[in-house]
Amino acid sequence: MSPLSHNQVDSAAWPRQNEPLIPILIPPDYSREAMRHDVHSDESLVSIRGLSYGYGARVIFDDVNLDIRRGKITAIMGPSGTGKTTLLRLIGGQLRPMKGAVMLDGEDVHALRRHELYQLRKKMGMLFQSGALLTDLTVFDNVAFPLREHTPLPESMIRTLVLMKLESVGLRGARDLFPAELSGGMARRVALARAIMLDPMMLMYDEPFTGQDPISMGILVKLIHDLNKELGLTSIVVSHDVKETMAIADWVYVISGGRVVGEGTPEALALSDSPWIHQFIEGAPDGPVPFHYPAEDYRLDLLGPAAGLESPPKQIC
Amino acid sequence: MLTFFQSLGRSTLEALQKLGRSQIFLLHVMTGLPLLMRRPRLLLKEVYTVGVLTIMLISVSGLFVGMVLALQGYNVLSDFGAEESLGVMVAASLVRELGPVVTALLFSGRAGSALTAEIGLMKATEQLAGMEMMAVDPLQRTIAPRFFAGVLSMPLLAGLFTAVGVIGGYFIGVGLLGVDHGPFWSQMQAKIDFEDDALNGLIKSLVFGVIVTWIAVFEGYDAVPTAEGVSRATTRSVVYSAFAVLGSDFLLTALMFGD
Repeated sequence: MSPLSHNQVDSAAWPRQNEPLIPILIPPDYSREAMRHDVHSDESLVSIRGLSYGYGARVIFDDVNLDIRRGKITAIMGPSGTGKTTLLRLIGGQLRPMKGAVMLDGEDVHALRRHELYQLRKKMGMLFQSGALLTDLTVFDNVAFPLREHTPLPESMIRTLVLMKLESVGLRGARDLFPAELSGGMARRVALARAIMLDPMMLMYDEPFTGQDPISMGILVKLIHDLNKELGLTSIVVSHDVKETMAIADWVYVISGGRVVGEGTPEALALSDSPWIHQFIEGAPDGPVPFHYPAEDYRLDLLGPAAGLESPPKQIC
Repeated sequence: MLTFFQSLGRSTLEALQKLGRSQIFLLHVMTGLPLLMRRPRLLLKEVYTVGVLTIMLISVSGLFVGMVLALQGYNVLSDFGAEESLGVMVAASLVRELGPVVTALLFSGRAGSALTAEIGLMKATEQLAGMEMMAVDPLQRTIAPRFFAGVLSMPLLAGLFTAVGVIGGYFIGVGLLGVDHGPFWSQMQAKIDFEDDALNGLIKSLVFGVIVTWIAVFEGYDAVPTAEGVSRATTRSVVYSAFAVLGSDFLLTALMFGD
């Protein structure tokens, strides 16, 4: 199957008048309305059932169930170190779960043969936290990379496609720069252009807002939202930036300690009466998640033997 | 005492696991060969970085090693009045031993360490994972070209080292020490056998090429993806290469010249 076949280019139909802000390739026989109907809005694209994962003695996920609905932006939130990135890698088939299954578009990701998995990956894009751009290639060549690897397109067409994708993230002028010359936000936008190069059906964002200044943050929020709408994508955003994520997500899962501790629309979660979710969303420094890492009693730790308190009782506060 | 045996057992198991991983890794890298046949440009680019950029180092080192061999050899040979065999001595030691071995050691220091660091950093910056998610197999697309470039470059570099070394020996032996240049060349021509010497040297350098490049790319791929992890992997790459080259050189020499 050619990677372009589910989103064919009709040169006569493009560019159109009144194009949306982001110029992208729209399948000619699908109006945007038709596409909305085409995505079975209540059917899930990814469903995770009974997923457990860990390494060594450390359990990262314990019997997690998740559904990612088609055409929606689903956010997966939780404190750092809860394995949100690991979850994306499990969905992408880069890691193998100990138990449970990940179904993507009706296929069990971890039961596929190697080349079937690679075929499936052409349908998904992933935006890594660092951008993961190839440092020895220019911005242009980075964005062209998936096309050059997977299609026999002539160079002139590659050029057109790459410039269109770069235009859609606002970086057409940066095509000759090397990744080292880009700011963090720009690198992520280039990576985003590269991730949509093969017109995937799903995009996964790994901490897209971390370490961004307010302007790049705003740009990324807008891009994620607009791309999802215009390309008819399904997006999974893994993040702990509550405000930005809640602003664009259709559905939010909150995970902590290897389990889903809450889910719902952003509005519903904001009204949640769970103290844990409340603390997370409000960003309160103390609450069910304590400010202190577990430690011995402070007084005993400081004064200990000197104060004549030999063998302090093992007390975890 | 018990903990000693425990840690001994653990490190043995870990070493065996790593050995197993490295072999699966090598087989996987081999599957990149058809891709390189289709797109030889990928290979050529790496032959340039791995091989061509090492030429300078190899030539200069070869020249000095050849000159030193001539100086030392002349000292010994002149005691027996056999100065005219200097050409054979220099050429035989270079073709059989020093060419492949010293080239492999220099190659691992110059190109091997660079490969390990490069691949380790690509891993640390998620470039390899990013490629996987773009449905491009990083082992076939980035590691196979580097591996085959190394395997291809090593024998060529060893040949260059040997040739430059012989010229260095000629400069010192004939130019400086006054050995007659007729016997210098004619004895070399008569005594250096194609099959016994040149071919065996070629096999050695090919084997060393596989060993050094394999270790280099595997250590990079297996590195802990942090700054410290990559630095350790680079050190290991050079150290393991040196051990493996010298050890396998002994085995190969015993097989080739041992009877």
